[in-house]
Amino acid sequence: MSFFKKSPWLIHYDGSSCNGCDIEVLACLTPVYDIERFGIINTGNPKHADIFLITGAVNEQNKEVILNIYSQMPDPKVVIAVGACASSGGICAEGYNILGGVDKLIPVDVYVPGCAARPEAIIDGVVKGLEVLENKYRNKNKKK
Amino acid sequence: MSERMIIPFGPQHPVLPEPIHLSLVLENEKVVDVLPSIGFVHRGLEKLVEKKDFLEYTFVAERICGICSYMHGMGYCQAIENIMNIEIPGRASFLRVIGAEFSRIHSHLLWLGLCADAFGFESLFMHTWKLREQILDLMEEMTGGRVIFSSVKIGGVKKDVDDSLLSKINDVLLELEPQVKEISSVFLESITVRHRLEGVGVLTQDEAVSLGAVGPMLRASGINQDMRKLGYAAYAELDFEPIIDTEGDSMARCRVRIKEIFQSMDLIRQAVAKLPQGPIAAPFKGNPDGEYFSRLEQPRGEVIYYVKGNGTKFLDRMRVRTPTFANLPALIKVLKGCDLADVPILILTIDPCISCTER
Repeated sequence: MSFFKKSPWLIHYDGSSCNGCDIEVLACLTPVYDIERFGIINTGNPKHADIFLITGAVNEQNKEVILNIYSQMPDPKVVIAVGACASSGGICAEGYNILGGVDKLIPVDVYVPGCAARPEAIIDGVVKGLEVLENKYRNKNKKK
Repeated sequence: MSERMIIPFGPQHPVLPEPIHLSLVLENEKVVDVLPSIGFVHRGLEKLVEKKDFLEYTFVAERICGICSYMHGMGYCQAIENIMNIEIPGRASFLRVIGAEFSRIHSHLLWLGLCADAFGFESLFMHTWKLREQILDLMEEMTGGRVIFSSVKIGGVKKDVDDSLLSKINDVLLELEPQVKEISSVFLESITVRHRLEGVGVLTQDEAVSLGAVGPMLRASGINQDMRKLGYAAYAELDFEPIIDTEGDSMARCRVRIKEIFQSMDLIRQAVAKLPQGPIAAPFKGNPDGEYFSRLEQPRGEVIYYVKGNGTKFLDRMRVRTPTFANLPALIKVLKGCDLADVPILILTIDPCISCTER
């Protein structure tokens, strides 16, 4: 991974996760893992965010919310699906109101495996996401 | 007098990691009415019993909620064991108590951290979660998972604990206890924290009973009710008294949870000392036929599992009444009449677990 000039901020939304991945995402922010050392801050405002971290599968009720947050984020943006449910639907894929993974709704750049995804894996995924973000910046500047 | 207005709270809100939507009806800064709408985390897990057989469903039951996953697995397995008349070995029931009490400590520390975050005490949040990691490391060594354990199975538990790990459990508790005492003194004595919690969201004893509150919410209002006293798993052989408080405000709920952390540490020590030798799982065959209500005390309160089998490997019905669902009427009661600025902290004092509630 090369040096990235900006400090990317991320927004976390719990799709329909069981909390397992959510508390691991929060654990990434706290002293033992401390994702802030990469300049990454968890923000509550979609308009401040570069990275969209989603845990849990998409269902009928929350798809509007996910689309709403995604469309409010400024370009370029990166979507990271954290955990088995966000990647493919996971254990609840057969549920009657589950549409499947997040990629059924919006384009996903990085998939983080695991049920629940471990903090190390989530940090690794976010760092991979930074690379994607940097490429998107470069492509955007080329077009100009 | 200004006009009434409605402020939406959630589903994506910085203070809650989970989505819940509340329409807050305001008169000036006072909340006069609250309309909750839920369903953002609904996955239809109860209906999945039609697609996954009763052995596979243990894994689904654990994923109803990632915070109290150990006890969800335990509640489901207890119900099946009672239907099929499986007697679980003594060692397994003591190991279940150790796992469940560690989950309670990790859940209460998690709640204390989120509570500190809700009133803007960021460093306290970080400090609390740092202590929680020691519990997670120990759980990982015991069961193989950090938050989802898949350790309880029908008939017993999957993994035994050896003597070196048992002495490590005692060492970690010895190390952790003074550290938790240190942060709990901040919660109980710091003037900043007391200003935000004392006298906020008072739930009287009568209200708690008539609204059907459970768990720390009920015990903080002075009702002595703890499902562990029913004596499931090995609780009948352990010595403890439910922790109650009389004030009924947010501070009392915080106090009850802090005391329960120390109570859980004591229960783990007792269970480790009394751990019998022997097998960790009982063999069984056949399919469940019959029905059973299984009741457990989770960190958030009483959970009820209803399981009905029909003699095939697919169950007829599985129903969970989760503690957060039972506490929602009490939450709406305490929210009415509070200040808008107190809404996040009041929502947190019931220790909401939305993924349990909506399944």
